Amino acid sequence: MTTFLGMPATAPRGVGHLRGDESFPAAAHKALADDQLRRNLRHATTTIRGKSGRVIAELPDWQELRSAGSAIKADVMSRLPELLEELEARVTERGGVVHWAADANEANAIVVDLVRRTGSERVIKVKSMATQEIALNEALEAAGIQPVETDLAELIVQLGNDKPSHILVPAIHRNRSEIREIFLAAMPGVDPDLTDDPPVLAAAARKYLRETFLSTKVAISGANFGIAETGTLAVVESEGNGRMCLTLPETLITVMGIEKIVPTWQDLEVFLQLLPRASTGERMNPYTTMWTGVTPGDGPQNFHLVLLDNGRSAVLADPAGRSALHCIRCSACLNVCPVYERTGGHAYGSVYPGPIGAILSPQLTGIEDNASLPFASSLCGACFDACPVKIDIPAILVHLRNQAPHPRSERAAMRAAAYTMDRPKLYASAQRAAKLARIAGRRGRGLPLGGWTDARDLPEFPQQTFRDWWASR
Amino acid sequence: MSSKDVILGRVRAALRDAPAPGEAPREYRRVFPAADLDVLVDRLVDYKATVRRIAEDAVAATVAEIAGGVVVVPEGLPLNWRPEGALPDDDLSPDRIAGADAVLTAAAVAVAETGTIVLDASPDQGRRIITLLPDVHIVVLRPEQVVASVPEAVARLDPRRPLTWISGPSATSDIELNRVEGVHGPRHLHVLILEPV
Repeated sequence: MTTFLGMPATAPRGVGHLRGDESFPAAAHKALADDQLRRNLRHATTTIRGKSGRVIAELPDWQELRSAGSAIKADVMSRLPELLEELEARVTERGGVVHWAADANEANAIVVDLVRRTGSERVIKVKSMATQEIALNEALEAAGIQPVETDLAELIVQLGNDKPSHILVPAIHRNRSEIREIFLAAMPGVDPDLTDDPPVLAAAARKYLRETFLSTKVAISGANFGIAETGTLAVVESEGNGRMCLTLPETLITVMGIEKIVPTWQDLEVFLQLLPRASTGERMNPYTTMWTGVTPGDGPQNFHLVLLDNGRSAVLADPAGRSALHCIRCSACLNVCPVYERTGGHAYGSVYPGPIGAILSPQLTGIEDNASLPFASSLCGACFDACPVKIDIPAILVHLRNQAPHPRSERAAMRAAAYTMDRPKLYASAQRAAKLARIAGRRGRGLPLGGWTDARDLPEFPQQTFRDWWASR
Repeated sequence: MSSKDVILGRVRAALRDAPAPGEAPREYRRVFPAADLDVLVDRLVDYKATVRRIAEDAVAATVAEIAGGVVVVPEGLPLNWRPEGALPDDDLSPDRIAGADAVLTAAAVAVAETGTIVLDASPDQGRRIITLLPDVHIVVLRPEQVVASVPEAVARLDPRRPLTWISGPSATSDIELNRVEGVHGPRHLHVLILEPV
């Protein structure tokens, strides 16, 4: 069979970090047993929620901004081909080079090749979800190129041979004493008298990275926004490591998901109000860098933009699920989610944890590879309320649950139920028999109910069926 | 078939239900009162920046007092702002910039509501690198550069210039969400707001 290359395609297997090693319920069980992790997460999510709520309350037009953000993104999705070509044209006019990567393998190959052509054996990296998604660091290492994460949290994760657990604060599962241990074990030239005081730890990272910033000729970043009208790219950050990477090296390579486009320069007025307040709970993040192609005499003189599909076209192909691509990676949905707060980021198995991950990852990979994620939710709706671009995450979760392959026992039970309900006499006798099920007890002993009764009580059967009651009136 | 064709083909196939492009509703605030300098000062201080409101003829002396050493300045910076011995950026090497005690620049726009200062690499602000490496960044703001809101700032800026939006000094919250000022960028931000002439 040949594949028509124009068909939307999911992210390929065997590369990248969109699939976990085990199902969400299995991974969540371990997380739930980790008291330290739950304390760290509760502290983090509660703190960010509080800050965010306060600064959002300062804006009288928050709901109108959300509506605008949502509508702009819907418009982007409907016109994606023309906007992508417009972005490419503007970036190219300004001296940038645009590359198109159909999936993680192609994106990694493009970046590795670009770095090789510079002759550099080391790259500095700005925190980027897209490059985490495609496992670019692993691809660079395999090619003999050392990727150095420069965001403090990503550095902690990298030095600890760990995985990020939160979109915004990837090392939130680590506390200060763990971070101190990681630095002592893995940071070259670290002061052995290092304490676990956060300013001391931050200063150690500053010292370690300073020389790397000044001596590395290639940087790799993601992008928060790519503006079709002007070819401008924007990176939003706090520490200044982003500015370092985006300004100091000779060559800058930016990997951007194709959904990150906004149509016009003016549209930034919406997203720059939404993103910081929803994300870190600040009126504005400390630093935002914007650049358009190459500026002679200022910043990198070689700029490459890699536009990444890697399953996004498959998400776009589902009208009921495509608004997952509106996500601006603020992580507000993580911080309000009762399930994330108790299970943490690693349980989701993907670089995209929490509610947005529960809808994004299964759509990017195909539902069969992340079939348990749409169930990692109580459907309480807090994520929808928190989302600055109004993604109806609960509705998409329900939609994806319908797409998910069901366990064999559940399929058999549903088939039997359908057969019975088609036959009135059989249905009546089944209802009488159901009374007998009371002896199965509230844990459903002996019934083929899969995982359902592991976490919940079986509802009690009524004393009388509706039909019996109706007949007896 | 190029990857561009593959991706655009996939995207077009994905959109075969032809979702209608739509004009976004822009019912959010787009008209604002005059910028309130007190709000700007309040927001800047909240971000741990140090703010002074001074007369223009006091800039050079104030900068000398804050920096207490070598101050890098962009070549287009007004001469009367420069402290004695200021080091103009005539393509200085990164090491020399990093070795300076402070950098002094003008700004393009400031946003009162968010406490944000935007640099656009004009001659009085210079290359991005000079405001990145020294530990102290001193910015001189003229009152007429201050707008109330983000939409007004976006409207004033030219996206073809490299832009740096700064809200307070460098900060991280990556260790147990404790805010620590200064990881990689300048650890101290001083804003000098000029008195109206």
